[in-house]
Amino acid sequence: MTALPTLAPPLSRLAGLLPKPPASVALTLLARRIAARHPEIVSRLGYHAGATFALDPTDLPVVMVLTLPGGVPRIRLQKDDAGTDCRISGKLSALFALVHGAVDGDALFFSRDLVIAGDTAAALALRNAIDNAELDIMEELQHLAPPLARALRPVVALLERQTGVALHRASGVN
Amino acid sequence: MELVCPAGTPAALRAAVEAGAHSVYCGFADETNARNFPGLNFSRPELAEGVAFAHRHGAKVLVAINTFPRAGDEAIWHRAVADAEKAGVDAVILADIGLLAHAAKHHPKLRRNLSVQAAAANADVINFYAREFGVSRVVLPRVLTVAEIAAINRETEVETEVFVFGGLCVMAEGRCSLSSYATGQSPNMNGVCSPASEVEYVQEGAQLAARLGNFTIHRVGASEPAPYPTLCKGCFTSGDETGHIFEDAVSLNATELLPQLKKAGVTALKIEGRQRSRSYVAQVVRSFRAAVDALEAGRPMPTSALAALSEGQASTTGAYAKTWR
Repeated sequence: MTALPTLAPPLSRLAGLLPKPPASVALTLLARRIAARHPEIVSRLGYHAGATFALDPTDLPVVMVLTLPGGVPRIRLQKDDAGTDCRISGKLSALFALVHGAVDGDALFFSRDLVIAGDTAAALALRNAIDNAELDIMEELQHLAPPLARALRPVVALLERQTGVALHRASGVN
Repeated sequence: MELVCPAGTPAALRAAVEAGAHSVYCGFADETNARNFPGLNFSRPELAEGVAFAHRHGAKVLVAINTFPRAGDEAIWHRAVADAEKAGVDAVILADIGLLAHAAKHHPKLRRNLSVQAAAANADVINFYAREFGVSRVVLPRVLTVAEIAAINRETEVETEVFVFGGLCVMAEGRCSLSSYATGQSPNMNGVCSPASEVEYVQEGAQLAARLGNFTIHRVGASEPAPYPTLCKGCFTSGDETGHIFEDAVSLNATELLPQLKKAGVTALKIEGRQRSRSYVAQVVRSFRAAVDALEAGRPMPTSALAALSEGQASTTGAYAKTWR
């Protein structure tokens, strides 16, 4: 295992207390904004867009379940990966780093920082589609709701310190 | 020497060019190339955009159309060659003799490189490909020593390209049927070695087991690096013995051999990894560009810090420094 930082337990517990339905709606809105701005994500998924993905930050007490009915993302927070086709799990810092292109997914897999279970092809398709999109979560948030993005800046700064991963696209590869 | 770098996606192509690639190789999102994995590769418009981007930055784009056409469906491969030329690529990388003949006849101005999938491993066969199909460059299989590469270069005018980093295929490429046997899908026809649809990782107590089709390829403990689920790197038990039959789970890293490869007459250095992320591409290309620049300037080879990116987190110089066959 590499030295990827673990989310501080108080923050993890705090995240666990968030009411799941409104948090799911917020994440769905963000995912839809990302999909609208990066339509190539869904096209790269091909028929794997029909899969149900569990994104499992192992240092958080919730699992994000991603579906794309009709090519439109929906995220549901739940306590485990029940009812999903594949699970991608790792520390929140590993998942953030992967989304932002700061680390290589295979390298995280070799080091056991990333674990894939279930439908490997669907997980691989999602990873490759996200990597190609060159995502920047803060930029996406800014596009979705500028006032919210401004309000969340201190929270994001705290998350960046906690995860050790910048919540924007990795420099040098964008 | 020319640094030839992988790109599985348009983002990886840009990362490779920005990190200092002289050339980038990629493929179409279908069975015409040997990295036909989910979510990877290029549509026709993406290739045209990638070529324009690379050319603006002074880099070349090579397109791998290096699987073997299926009988009755040759048109798919013919169309790939035509579309690559239309996109303005600098060369196509081909393996099949029939496709080479087609490209030489119908696309004579399109440069033709011979893929590693052709497993051309001696000067006679390389000269044959050059004479009959106008091949300009050959990508040598990863089973030759540096001395053998030098011997080939003494007897041919065809440029040679060798792998210097990444996944280490230890077989006669284009002829290996291990994955086909396990999964029913062929690396050489369908473009997938160990197709993801046939791979499953299962936690068995404290061990992680990797399965390919109906075969368990290996099991690793919680603190051990996880390898790719390829049969040639599998760890098997027979009787009382357990071990790797063909090769350990390691990656190639020939940084230290670059001076010898240059002396052996090699024209181009190839980095494997079209299935890898733009982060991998950027890191490896930057490292090798520094090494190539150091070599050209007569400086010592820089120390490589790429172990974490290697399968098994371990590296080898492969066949270059030993005889395997």
